[in-house]
Amino acid sequence: MHFTLNGTRVDVAAHPMTRLLDVLRDVCGLTGTKEGCGEGECGACTVLIDGAPVNACLVPFAHARLARVTTIEGLRGRHPLQHAFVEHGGAQCGICTPGMIMAAIALGNRPSIQQIRAGLAGNLCRCTGYAAIYRSIRAALPARQSGSRRRRSKRRGRLPPRGGQSR
Amino acid sequence: MLRDEGPLVPMAGCTDLYVALNFGTLTATRFVDLWGLKDLRGIERGPDAIRIGALTTYSDLLASPLVGKELPMLAAAAREVGGVQIQNRGTLGGNVANASPAGDTLPVLAATDTLVELRSASGTRKVPFGSFYSGYRQTIARPDELIVALEVPRVGGQQWFRKVGTRAAQAISKIVFAGVGGRRPRMAVGSVAPTVVRLPKTEAALADGASVADAQAIMLTEIAAIDDLRSTAEYRRRVAGNLLAQFLERTRRMKGAR
Amino acid sequence: MRVRRTVGTNVLRKDGVEKVTGRAKYLDDLAFPDVLHARTIRSTIPLGDIVNIHFDFDTADFVIVDAHDIPGRNVVALIEDDQPLLAERTVRHVAEPILILAHADRARLMSAVVDVVYREATPNYDPRRSDHCFKQIVIDKGDVHLGLSEADLVIEGEYRAGHQEQLYIEPQGVVAVPDRCGGVTVYGSLQCPYYVHRALKDLLGVGDDKVRVVQTETGGGFGGKEEYPSMIAGHAAVAALKARRPVKLVYDRVEDMLATTKRHPAIIRHRTGVAKDGRLTAMEVDVVLDGGAYATLSAVVLSRGLIHASGPYRCDHMRICGRAVMTNTPPNGAFRGFGAPQTQFAVEVHLDRIADAVGLDPLRIREINALRPGDTTATGQRLGADCSALSVLRAAAKRTRFAQRRRQLRGTHRGIGLSLFCHGSGFTGSGESKLASKASLALTDRGARILVASTEIGQGTRTMLAQIAADTLGVPYEAIEVAEPDTGTVPDSGPTVASRTCMIVGRLVQRAAEDMRKRLGRLTPRGYLRKHGPVIVTCQYEKPQGISWDEETYRGAAYESYGWACDVAEVEVDPITWQVHPVRLTTVHEFGRAIHPMLAVGQIEGGSAQGVGYALLEEVVMREGRMANCQLTNYLVPTTLDTPPMDVVVFKNPYPRGPFGAKGVGELPIDGPAPAIINALRHVGIELREIPATPERVMTACILR
Repeated sequence: MHFTLNGTRVDVAAHPMTRLLDVLRDVCGLTGTKEGCGEGECGACTVLIDGAPVNACLVPFAHARLARVTTIEGLRGRHPLQHAFVEHGGAQCGICTPGMIMAAIALGNRPSIQQIRAGLAGNLCRCTGYAAIYRSIRAALPARQSGSRRRRSKRRGRLPPRGGQSR
Repeated sequence: MLRDEGPLVPMAGCTDLYVALNFGTLTATRFVDLWGLKDLRGIERGPDAIRIGALTTYSDLLASPLVGKELPMLAAAAREVGGVQIQNRGTLGGNVANASPAGDTLPVLAATDTLVELRSASGTRKVPFGSFYSGYRQTIARPDELIVALEVPRVGGQQWFRKVGTRAAQAISKIVFAGVGGRRPRMAVGSVAPTVVRLPKTEAALADGASVADAQAIMLTEIAAIDDLRSTAEYRRRVAGNLLAQFLERTRRMKGAR
Repeated sequence: MRVRRTVGTNVLRKDGVEKVTGRAKYLDDLAFPDVLHARTIRSTIPLGDIVNIHFDFDTADFVIVDAHDIPGRNVVALIEDDQPLLAERTVRHVAEPILILAHADRARLMSAVVDVVYREATPNYDPRRSDHCFKQIVIDKGDVHLGLSEADLVIEGEYRAGHQEQLYIEPQGVVAVPDRCGGVTVYGSLQCPYYVHRALKDLLGVGDDKVRVVQTETGGGFGGKEEYPSMIAGHAAVAALKARRPVKLVYDRVEDMLATTKRHPAIIRHRTGVAKDGRLTAMEVDVVLDGGAYATLSAVVLSRGLIHASGPYRCDHMRICGRAVMTNTPPNGAFRGFGAPQTQFAVEVHLDRIADAVGLDPLRIREINALRPGDTTATGQRLGADCSALSVLRAAAKRTRFAQRRRQLRGTHRGIGLSLFCHGSGFTGSGESKLASKASLALTDRGARILVASTEIGQGTRTMLAQIAADTLGVPYEAIEVAEPDTGTVPDSGPTVASRTCMIVGRLVQRAAEDMRKRLGRLTPRGYLRKHGPVIVTCQYEKPQGISWDEETYRGAAYESYGWACDVAEVEVDPITWQVHPVRLTTVHEFGRAIHPMLAVGQIEGGSAQGVGYALLEEVVMREGRMANCQLTNYLVPTTLDTPPMDVVVFKNPYPRGPFGAKGVGELPIDGPAPAIINALRHVGIELREIPATPERVMTACILR
């Protein structure tokens, strides 16, 4: 079945009723999307279909036909949210992080705290109490306006300048 | 197809279906996928009603200026149905077909006397919402019929909706109330009976000038709340009464009794 | 020369990039060739004997494992050794494991029907009616009867807390890979590789070198992966050895909730003597913990719970008794806090009632009775300058303008309440000495590699230990690697529990780095390696001077040191639905000092959120000994909209014996929110003595008022 996966047109064979989550993980080898509950409650399996966040554990593979599916791997480590989650403590154990980031992408630019909370209400985190996730998102969005932020997003794992202080 | 090749389970957004499949509570193995049927989407305003395609998602409802303006309580229900992931996939037709007594949109559709449009190979019929459910998780739809649209008649009075869930988001309702205010208010409640229920006696009493306290007492005879995993019968009864009072206060400016 | 460059700053966490890109590999992400999938067949009854087992499927190509396939002892070794890996005849709780099935085809595996016939017996679910006590402890200080006789008022109360499910978002899972000589390597989502190692040796009847345990990237633990992994690892290992193929055993959420350990439910009774001026003259506490069907860690949970049962208060006369008992429910185990959330909930709610009885406000009663340096605890431990009870209390009160807010909110649907609490770092009493933990540091070209069994489970172990090593060794943070916790290569640093990883293991890493620094002299790491060859320094735990503990009498220094905190919670009650909305949580924490401030705040915010869940939402509904709400739809953890904004204040008070002054902070945060919230409800006029404060309970309290 043809669909677009992380920007690339692909043709994947799987039973149409297979959960999209299982197609991504087992057939496509993209294990970044996680299973936390299998009932659409935790959001760890969140992917984007045509830009909209959905729980991949509840989507039949058939519904990906001709659609654009984006997973955490599709961000290629370059999305400002990804660096922000590292820098601001949005990721602790990391299991909810891919789903959380994918849901956060759908928040658009400059979301208010209320919008963030409502937009992430379908993503459970047990480690952070959510506060650092809000801080991470606020730091990242909007990132596109500031050139210096874009540069920082490429630094990936190296220390920020001047003594390792993070804002 | 449903007529000739059944039994087939229709599937749309799958937010209920896949939960049941994953848990093994649904053992069906043959499905008909409706998701691609564009005809079943769309929100249109007709002369006397708003016609909402069965495959309209909760996100579609929330994005619709028409729904926001003319059916705000349906938008309110769509907002409470779950997180954004569920809203993007769950459909209004699915909520109706799933027939859960706790379905969040069902009191809205019941209170507005919505018509359920059913289509089969032999034709179309429109069933009043009040007649659609025959029992716990049972509808009067035939196996060869599909819900294709919900027709919501123009709503005259002030709309009011409140869901009391198990927590602030991603919650199953413990009790869910929808009402249209007016001299003769129309009210429906979910999670207090095997199906969503209208409150005909309570409505009639209020139309006849009953006090809030009297209305609350009559309402209790029209619901059948139970203890379950999520809540208790007593809680549901008391909160139902409080929601009724709150509804009346907001739409009629009547002081509630508690 | 020690270059302090990263401690106290927020370096980028070691595993951050992997986690945000989806590259981090958790157990279920790993591919093992030739693997068989496994499934656990569990008891469906709470108590009885197995009479017959019938396989209602074609068993060809299936590997079926029962108790007789266990090469060594059929015991999951922990403390009491009473829990079998697989039930042979008697089952004592619903979900007790009986068989393991394994097959290459998951669909066939899941559709296999096993029919177990039982002879049922009458179970007991009531801890008060239990006839089997796992452990009993009494802590005596002074003469409690004398203290009660000196009191002007005696206030009694009974408080209850139910189960709490850890709800790590990654369910339990392991893969066991057998070798050809009866040994096995187990990969798993776990907190304590050496616990699993020890259990497997016993189960397989082999020596140290035949078992290897490797922790994979773990998606949350919170204690739920402290001891339970020994069970699931044992299942997979025995199956793998029988099948002579790797076996993968991963739980789905339902099974995980149904079958694995939870926080011990507790019934706690207080009888407290208080003088007219608010001084506590006597504290008598009785605790009953529901251990479930097997002992697991109940004895230690009881121990910690009792030591914390009098809260951070001074009182000359105390008698704290408790017992952990058996019921026919799935065994309970470790969950962050480990007995202290239960007992500190009780004492804090009780104290607000005492305040009312003597006509003092909640702040004043605590100011009068809070422990100060020089005071002794319930076990007679004299506290030093690292006791900050009063400081955090006053700081929290000032920050929230507590007294003023109390007055402002009177008569509204909002309330404000506080809790003062503490948490001991490290293992109780002589526990650390018994563990005799080790940490190793291996010199590398650029810097060093840390070799410890302490696991990263989100809290920042890798990052924090690397900071300590880097600064002590005088090399950049990037030059420090942290080895994967693999029992084949790292020493036993003890379990990743008990708020000990920073204070105890961090100190070992620091000592190892100090030793390494001396050896380097003026050479760079590369220079040293060229000149002298490889070097590994290993340090072992040394009990600090002046700390003594008597296990028989339960007297002495129960913990090396304590963290201290004060929570202030503001809540709003909806008069129509009785739902409690947590408006804000302010918390002042003292834990020495933060190695990584952001990670420390992460522990505080995360632990506090779990405490909010404990207070308001998280209820395990048990029906006939079985968790009835074992789906995420029905077991409610806080979402974004359920979690209040949190104001975290860190109170610095460096602890001289901790690495760079640090103490533990992992558990402290979860001890406070529940009583603060219940006390806030009290302020609204709603008196509860049980959590969670569900709307149904709040309603009942209002109606009965």
